[in-house]
Amino acid sequence: MDVVVFAVASVVAVGGALGVVLSRNPVHSALMLVMTLFGVAVLFVEQEAHFLAAVQVIVYAGAIVVLFLFVIMLLGVDRSEDLGVETLKAQRPLAGALALVAALEMVLLVRYGGWVTGGASVAGPARDPVVPNVELLARSIFSRYLLAFEATSGLLVIAVVGAVVLARRPPSIAAPPPEEDQ
Amino acid sequence: MSIDASWYLAVGGIIFTIGAIGVLVRRNVLVMFMCIELMLNAVNLTFVTFARELDDIGGQVVVFFVLVVAAAEVVVGLGIIVSIFRRRAEATADDISMLKG
Repeated sequence: MDVVVFAVASVVAVGGALGVVLSRNPVHSALMLVMTLFGVAVLFVEQEAHFLAAVQVIVYAGAIVVLFLFVIMLLGVDRSEDLGVETLKAQRPLAGALALVAALEMVLLVRYGGWVTGGASVAGPARDPVVPNVELLARSIFSRYLLAFEATSGLLVIAVVGAVVLARRPPSIAAPPPEEDQ
Repeated sequence: MSIDASWYLAVGGIIFTIGAIGVLVRRNVLVMFMCIELMLNAVNLTFVTFARELDDIGGQVVVFFVLVVAAAEVVVGLGIIVSIFRRRAEATADDISMLKG
């Protein structure tokens, strides 16, 4: 059963990733990204990271991709891109070769690398027969990683302020063309 | 639980590589941004895999923080893209090679 779930989820995730890169239309890319996110969420569930799977679907598929779609629709850039045009000569073969080398390296590391560092866990175990995953994660975040957690709240506030500042139309810029309706 | 961790790591590696190719090859700024999200997701998958394999909740905590940072990054990045596109209506990264507006 686990094998079937893993196989289906990883095929969905990898297929979605390919779709993001290969789709000509940005809207299709965004929808393919949702597919990958769901596949990865299923893989999270397979590995008993239940809270992260839920957050992945809510935050990524629910918020971030919707934001992407909003921007695509807002800017009207949903016309297809011509993938045949190559502005830099030989850039694509080089990119492919680089990616191939990186992938080979990762596979070799997985195959031959040593995983166990010997260090003891400082954050606590990931599995417990009684305590559910959400509680384990919450205990770790709200005790050991409390300072980092508080820092993320500051980060989010800064991001919100930055987005508002960026989206505000500065008065110094010349008046936009009248057909621009935003 | 029965599946070996190296399979998950392989899937993560494949998705990361696809995302890297996308960033290098595509010219649409929005699609490049989506490929960065792909790479972040691949790394999240490896973190969760190691959290299970080494029985350490720290990996999942890191993924939690990566999610927060990714959300902030998308908000600011898309804000920058919108403000760029407001001034020039071109969709490719080649046209915005200068920081000066």
